[in-house]
Amino acid sequence: MKKILTALALLGLVVAGTAAIAAEEEHNAAAPTHFPINEPKEMSWSFAGPFGTYDKAQLQRGLKVYKEVCSACHSMNLVAFRTLEGLGYSEAQIKTLAAEYTIHDGPNDAGDMFDRPGKPSDHFPSPFPNEQAAASANGGAAPPDMSLLAKARGVERGFPRFIFDIFTQYAQGGPDYIHSLLTGYDQTPPAGMVIPEGTHYNPYFLSGVSLKMPKPLSDGQVTYDDGSPQTVDQYSRDVSAFLMWAAEPHLEERKKTGFRVLVFLLLFGALVYLTKRKVWAEVAH
Amino acid sequence: MSEGHSTYTPKTGLGRWFDARMPLPRLVYDSFIAYPVPRNLNYMWTFGGILSIMLVSQILTGIVLAMHYTSDTALAFDSVEKIMRDVNSGWLLRYLHSNGASFFFVAVYIHIFRGLFYGSYKAPRELLWILGCIIYLLMMATGFMGYVLPWGQMSFWGATVITGFFSAIPLVGNWIQELLLGGFAVDNPTLNRFFALHYLLPFMIAGVVVLHVWALHVVGQSNPTGIEVKSKTDTVAFTPYATIKDAFGMIVFLFFFAYFVFYLPNYLGHPDNYTVANPLKTPAHIVPEWYFLPFYAILRAITFNIGPINSKLGGVLCMFGAIAMLFLVPWLDTSKVRSAVYRPWYKLFFWLFVADAILLGWLGSQPAEGSYVFMAQMATLFYFAFFLVVMPVLGLIETPRRLPNSITEAVLEKKNKGAGGHPAGAVSAPETKG
Repeated sequence: MKKILTALALLGLVVAGTAAIAAEEEHNAAAPTHFPINEPKEMSWSFAGPFGTYDKAQLQRGLKVYKEVCSACHSMNLVAFRTLEGLGYSEAQIKTLAAEYTIHDGPNDAGDMFDRPGKPSDHFPSPFPNEQAAASANGGAAPPDMSLLAKARGVERGFPRFIFDIFTQYAQGGPDYIHSLLTGYDQTPPAGMVIPEGTHYNPYFLSGVSLKMPKPLSDGQVTYDDGSPQTVDQYSRDVSAFLMWAAEPHLEERKKTGFRVLVFLLLFGALVYLTKRKVWAEVAH
Repeated sequence: MSEGHSTYTPKTGLGRWFDARMPLPRLVYDSFIAYPVPRNLNYMWTFGGILSIMLVSQILTGIVLAMHYTSDTALAFDSVEKIMRDVNSGWLLRYLHSNGASFFFVAVYIHIFRGLFYGSYKAPRELLWILGCIIYLLMMATGFMGYVLPWGQMSFWGATVITGFFSAIPLVGNWIQELLLGGFAVDNPTLNRFFALHYLLPFMIAGVVVLHVWALHVVGQSNPTGIEVKSKTDTVAFTPYATIKDAFGMIVFLFFFAYFVFYLPNYLGHPDNYTVANPLKTPAHIVPEWYFLPFYAILRAITFNIGPINSKLGGVLCMFGAIAMLFLVPWLDTSKVRSAVYRPWYKLFFWLFVADAILLGWLGSQPAEGSYVFMAQMATLFYFAFFLVVMPVLGLIETPRRLPNSITEAVLEKKNKGAGGHPAGAVSAPETKG
């Protein structure tokens, strides 16, 4: 039996050894094999943690960035204007905002398609009539829809961080990634790295050394009227927060409900535990 | 355990009228009130009850979700998002359901490992164990099909990979695969039949659960000592003793469940599933849900051909074999002693097996390349060796520790020991007493 155990222990060592060697495999900076090259930077978000809430001013700034920059190429099909109440807008403001858009509707009674101003019940219209048009205008691949982007992107956390994430409630991988990507342009690729033509180097990109989207934001591009800094970093934070809201509009309600549920379970559990103690007090078990 | 005929008579006139025509009051009384349970059950025995509330929760949330869901490839993804955004409390229902599947599996794995640790599968509980294995198998089918319904990237590609396994089977493989898919690739017919089956299977699970509970009530529960109930002093009545303990176990479990639902609802999912399925774009890594990862690692560990069996078929055989092992456990274990408490060597190997299963799970989430492949092969080897070598051989060569004569004796021994250690032992260490 001891022999078996010694053999098992040896095997364990061998396995651990090979794993260590694999981890230290030569790292060639010019031809990386794992992406992203750099991990996303962890930012501080108002909506993180058990009591997190959206910063409405930030969401409004993020919407402005989306409207003035992103929406030129990216659709946001799943988001209706009426839901912008979550950003702190009044019904009248939403009506005005929706009316700025032209919605292709129809057919009418005469059987014709027509254009009309947007209504709160409409969704954000797509910048392209269809996916093929979006793809052909953008070098072969359609820019992704942004409604769920903040939940659809995330860099693997790896062991042991994915364990710690349970306790720290880290669920901001999406916005962290988007912010890092938007601020990750303008870097010089390592010597010898081949950047395919028509793509742009970005060490934060999830699936390669470069992506088709050119650097979308530059300082001063969007005018903020609340005095916030008009920098790429601030724009990126704001639009990432906005996209988190777009992907998870009920986040605040979720966390608020969660706190009540957990407190209830804690109190109820304590009472049931005391009852259990009382019931079993006379019985050795 | 049902000992002869029930002596129960309902207290009210209406109850007696009902009982004389259909003895439902008697069945409920005998099963959930008077039913004798071993007095030494610890909290590991609360997972049966936990699993039943999870099944009920999944069915209830699932039925409401089905009222809003559309099983059409063009609409499925958006209909789920409609639930998340516009349906009243839709986000809650959907997160309860998707995380509920994960926690259903958490509970079932604890339940299975508890059975393996305490030898709960040994005679006369072989059928009880096998019915449990069937439930587990049905759960896996249900979970897999449920993951396809939101029609995200992982839904689509997971379905493509998993149904692809069947094509490895000689002669009938392609026919089975096409039958599952309703065509040559994952498409609208696949989504429709998966939705129909995903709605059907939970009720089949409920049916087998009835058989599982029926078998349990015939043979009685096992217990941490593994010694059969011998006298009345070995047991307590289900109500209030087991009911209140189960209730506490459930609340603790629900606490962890709620923590994930409300604070980390997407932790156990994959970001790619928030991108609508695209048959022309393969994700970088196709990973199944976490609860399939150990089997996925075993599947990919077979990278070599064995005689006429190519690596693909070999992998599929090993993967299904890994589940088949569970069905054979009652006959693979040769030990006369049930509980690992009295089997020092088995206890050690049991924990090694738990570690091995977790290691396999982690390997399943990693790309199958480099040293991961070798590690997965070694872990697979140990997985099968545990069932095919350790279980049969240990039972023959291991010297078990002294067994108490009865449950009551074991309980009193522990109590006296506890009282010697600390004067207020009975109350000061409730967690160790379970």
